[in-house]
Amino acid sequence: MNHLQLWVPASVLWVLGSVVGVLVLATAIVAWMRRGDGAGRHTELAARVKSWWVLVAIFALAISFRRGIAIAFFALLSFLALKEYLSLIPTRRADRRVLFWAYLCVPLQYLWIWQQWYNMFLIFIPVWAFLFIAMRMVLRGETRDFLRAAGTIHWGLMTMVFGLSHLAWLLLLPGNAPVAAHGAALLLFVVLLTELNDVLQYVWGRTLGRHPIIPSVSPNKTAEGLLGGALSTTLVSVALAPLLTPLTRSDAIAAGLMIGFGGFIGDVTISALKRDIGVKDSGAIIPGHGGILDRIDSLLFTAPLFFHFLMYFYF
Amino acid sequence: MGGLLRLLFYGVIVRGVVLVVLGLNVRHRERLPTRGPAILAANHNSHLDAMALISLLPLRLLPRVRPVAAADYFLRNRWLAWFALKVVGIVPLNRQRQHEREDLLAPVAAALERGDILIFFPEGSRGEPEQLAEFKSGLARIAERRPDVPVIPIYTYGLGRALPRGEWLLVPFFVDIFVGQALPFEGDRAAYMQRYRDAMAALAREEQRADWD
Repeated sequence: MNHLQLWVPASVLWVLGSVVGVLVLATAIVAWMRRGDGAGRHTELAARVKSWWVLVAIFALAISFRRGIAIAFFALLSFLALKEYLSLIPTRRADRRVLFWAYLCVPLQYLWIWQQWYNMFLIFIPVWAFLFIAMRMVLRGETRDFLRAAGTIHWGLMTMVFGLSHLAWLLLLPGNAPVAAHGAALLLFVVLLTELNDVLQYVWGRTLGRHPIIPSVSPNKTAEGLLGGALSTTLVSVALAPLLTPLTRSDAIAAGLMIGFGGFIGDVTISALKRDIGVKDSGAIIPGHGGILDRIDSLLFTAPLFFHFLMYFYF
Repeated sequence: MGGLLRLLFYGVIVRGVVLVVLGLNVRHRERLPTRGPAILAANHNSHLDAMALISLLPLRLLPRVRPVAAADYFLRNRWLAWFALKVVGIVPLNRQRQHEREDLLAPVAAALERGDILIFFPEGSRGEPEQLAEFKSGLARIAERRPDVPVIPIYTYGLGRALPRGEWLLVPFFVDIFVGQALPFEGDRAAYMQRYRDAMAALAREEQRADWD
């Protein structure tokens, strides 16, 4: 059974176990809301909770066994997110091959992570892919909508590949740094807080929300939802930080606020993108949630933010 | 032997490419037929069209599912003909009459007689990517001959981006597949084709698509 050994520490398993507990509770609450005549109501909520079970199971399986499997999982997630993004936006016929190169950036970016090549991980998309894609596009010779196409392709690479891949680099920590930490625990910390923040902002907004905060982008987002969500996320951050991270109390507060507000900005950024394109959901792959981008929108901001916060102060 | 090759081809290779490399976003899947005979009538932009549509149906129906394809294109040499007939399993159709009294639709009628589920592209050829070409009246002629066979309009979007005509490099994109309601034959052929066009246009409108002006 040696090959099935878990590489994650017990703290990660305890926190994952608590997440399952929360899901059991949520499932019970939804079942209670739909009791009797309510059976036909809240179908989307029920689908959403059901999908959370699947998402949590996939995530737990992906991170628990080996670092390599976890890195491969995030490479696949980047590929799916980039594919969803490129399928959503208008693309030029002339750029078909360019898009192929853009896809090729996904395995390369995660290869650098697997090789622990930090400098390449940092500059590959912002420098090498940036220059190469531009060159490949201009050699094709089509100038109509050139800037729009170049801009949208780079934006997709920066968010879906570069941004998301920060989660995978967390898995390599602490590396040689003299800090007691485990990569999978750090990863779980930022992903759990980000997703929890989404849920908490939704719940606070639905129950107490009065003042729309950015109605032209997302009419359902309220100041109460943002503040309630960010503050309760910060409380959870303070509670979980000693278990999963080396963060001090004050740094845990800072990280919680950063994830709370950063997650909100990620969420409304993808909302703005969808509104610009004219779609409601980015896809239909996750029942009750929509597409992959609808689920990872907040992570696109919180992952690099939390990563560089950690790197600056701890590693 | 042919059946096993076909199962490997569609069950492993085609499904792998269609579900992992591309990814399908299917609406109204419940409108798909559960047994033959039936006709799935879709727009045609890519060689992948038939592959994606066949992946929608359960493997248990695979021996019954056949794309109707141009004989002059797919039977143009021995190797391609073997692959098209034995592995892809096409029903070959002549697009031009060889002699005056040839019944071009006879192979299609015979396949329906056997209870096959046919993938049919009324446009006749793949045309420009993501553009609808004129639908030919072949579909109405079949529907008129076999009014008991359900004809299901299906609108696909994205396959012409993934692998357009004249390209060999497959670029991943999510593909939309919107299944319409069966269109029974009524009135004359022209009216039938008009209803088919309307049904396809309605399916296309189910999703807004961004485009640069």
